[in-house]
Amino acid sequence: MSDVALSPALPTEPLIDPRKSFADVNQDVSAPLERKPGMLWKVCFGITALLTLQFFMEIGYQMYKGIGIWGLNHPVGWAVDITSFVFWIGIGHAGTLISAILHLFRQRWRTAINRSAEAMTIFAVMTAGLFPLIHLGRTWFAYWLVPYPNWRFLWVNFRSPLIWDVFAVTTYLTISICFWYTGLIPDFASLRDRSTGWRRAIYGVLSLGWRGSERHWQHYERAYMMLAGLSTPLVLSVHSVVSFDFATSLLPGWHTTIFPPYFVAGAIFSGFAMVVTLLVILRKVFHMEEYVTLQHLENMNKIILVTGMMVGYAYATEFFVALYSGNPFERFTFLNRARGPFAWSYWIMVTCNVVVPQIFWFKKFRRSLAVMFVVSILVNVGMWFERFTIIVTSLHRDFLPPNWSYYKPTIFDYSVIVGSFGFFFMWFLLFCRFFPAISMAEVKSVLWSAKKSAAREAPRAKEPAHVS
Amino acid sequence: MFLDRFRKPPPARAVLALYDDPDRLLNAAALAKEHGLEGIDAFTPYPVHGLSEALGIKKSWVPYVTLVMGLSGAALGLTFEIWTSAFDWPINVGGKPYISLPAFIPVMFECGVLLGGTMTLAALILACGLPNLKSPILDRNFTNDRFGLYVPEYGPGWNEERILRILSRTGAVDVKVIRV
Repeated sequence: MSDVALSPALPTEPLIDPRKSFADVNQDVSAPLERKPGMLWKVCFGITALLTLQFFMEIGYQMYKGIGIWGLNHPVGWAVDITSFVFWIGIGHAGTLISAILHLFRQRWRTAINRSAEAMTIFAVMTAGLFPLIHLGRTWFAYWLVPYPNWRFLWVNFRSPLIWDVFAVTTYLTISICFWYTGLIPDFASLRDRSTGWRRAIYGVLSLGWRGSERHWQHYERAYMMLAGLSTPLVLSVHSVVSFDFATSLLPGWHTTIFPPYFVAGAIFSGFAMVVTLLVILRKVFHMEEYVTLQHLENMNKIILVTGMMVGYAYATEFFVALYSGNPFERFTFLNRARGPFAWSYWIMVTCNVVVPQIFWFKKFRRSLAVMFVVSILVNVGMWFERFTIIVTSLHRDFLPPNWSYYKPTIFDYSVIVGSFGFFFMWFLLFCRFFPAISMAEVKSVLWSAKKSAAREAPRAKEPAHVS
Repeated sequence: MFLDRFRKPPPARAVLALYDDPDRLLNAAALAKEHGLEGIDAFTPYPVHGLSEALGIKKSWVPYVTLVMGLSGAALGLTFEIWTSAFDWPINVGGKPYISLPAFIPVMFECGVLLGGTMTLAALILACGLPNLKSPILDRNFTNDRFGLYVPEYGPGWNEERILRILSRTGAVDVKVIRV
């Protein structure tokens, strides 16, 4: 965490009010954890817990009856389950991007948002991980995916992208938790030192007895940097591997080399939209407006704009190459996306992902909470339909016209979609209640830089008065 | 505890100077170093830039763990893939070679990151002597808004009065002697 990033040449808005003291940071961030939860939190938690309950009831029923209760059929064998898997894995990517890649690039505005974004990553990956498991049908054999010595003398097929997925997703979850926990250690110590009784005991154990010694910070900072360095290629690999599930198959619409970068850009795009959705609510409910400022949100909206255009460019490239390739199956698949029975899904995707984010060219809209909230939700709707379009429209009309059919979701499909959102938000609500939602230690280092630059600015601001 | 045997016993006496400003702490650390005080440590709520240089603390060895463990993880992953797919249970999948190196890269990479990352956290915990729930917390505000310079008793040259005299000129909020 160097001061290099703060260039005095550029007039920048301070990320935090320099009049705040270090103690204010602890007080403001810890306050929501130390008071009784409000009515709003309880209602939200109740709703999400109910949605989670119906989610697991659906999973239980589906394990009992089989995956035929979904609208899956020949030839559409992958639909809502794999769409949601790719969607939720993608959501996670923004968290790692904020915490790792922006850390390596010394983007100090990340300090106020990295904790909640990383939490979002972990919960999104947890949600995502459920989908391939329930999609197995015989979920109780899920451990067959792990290569372990067994009495059948079999090993997994390491040439299969589905096995790469198992490794990529579990590694991603594990490393994200390690990274998140490393960041939390000093903050747990802060919470320990300001509380008494059982809270002190719990936070004391969670902080492992951290006491802020410089000899420890020295190790800590290097370890944090190493974890950021490992997470950066990891996050790029995870969605690339997810895209290999499709790209290594021979199906028109899936078999393309553009998939890895296209999927990664889309993942960052949707993840940032989810961070904006969550933070607009979080800063309001927990009174964190002074930490998660409009400047932070505007920066994220700029990333949404950029990645949205990357995604739009990928759509165009994909379409152009399909038309230009001279391959009739490829050409048919893409024209079928835009004009076939699932055209509604394709055009929802294009509208939400390419057209809607263009509003962020205007500073006024980038800084408007109402606009960014609506746009962030629309972007996620669009990104869900992007995966749906890729998966379902490529499958529903395959090489043999007698196979062709239309995919119709059943009530159980809707139940898992809604349930996965409930599951994700339930964890996020619990996180906001029990863990510090903003990294206190990191914000303090930004605060000190803000104080120093304010002190440097102050005499300069007085100069005109002396002249006159 | 198992880890206790690696930990140095705490010194009987130490001088602790408290500051409310990281710059004063930096100056004090440099001054203490200049006067040849040994074994100094500092306590801060966040990592203060330049402090470890001022205290003359050696660079952390944690990155070497990441490097070695990352490479070992990748090597182990690849070895395991080759052993299972080509030796223990060679099976022809779509006419691909038994040792299909390009197809083995993703899992090899993930194994490297997995071992490297988890061992980095383990190394951090070990390097900091955590979990450490027994040592006294010298000041509860070290995790809040207080900065402390800590000079433990380091041997025959240790002179309490001299250290107090040096540190009293550094703009400290409080300078005190701690006895364990």
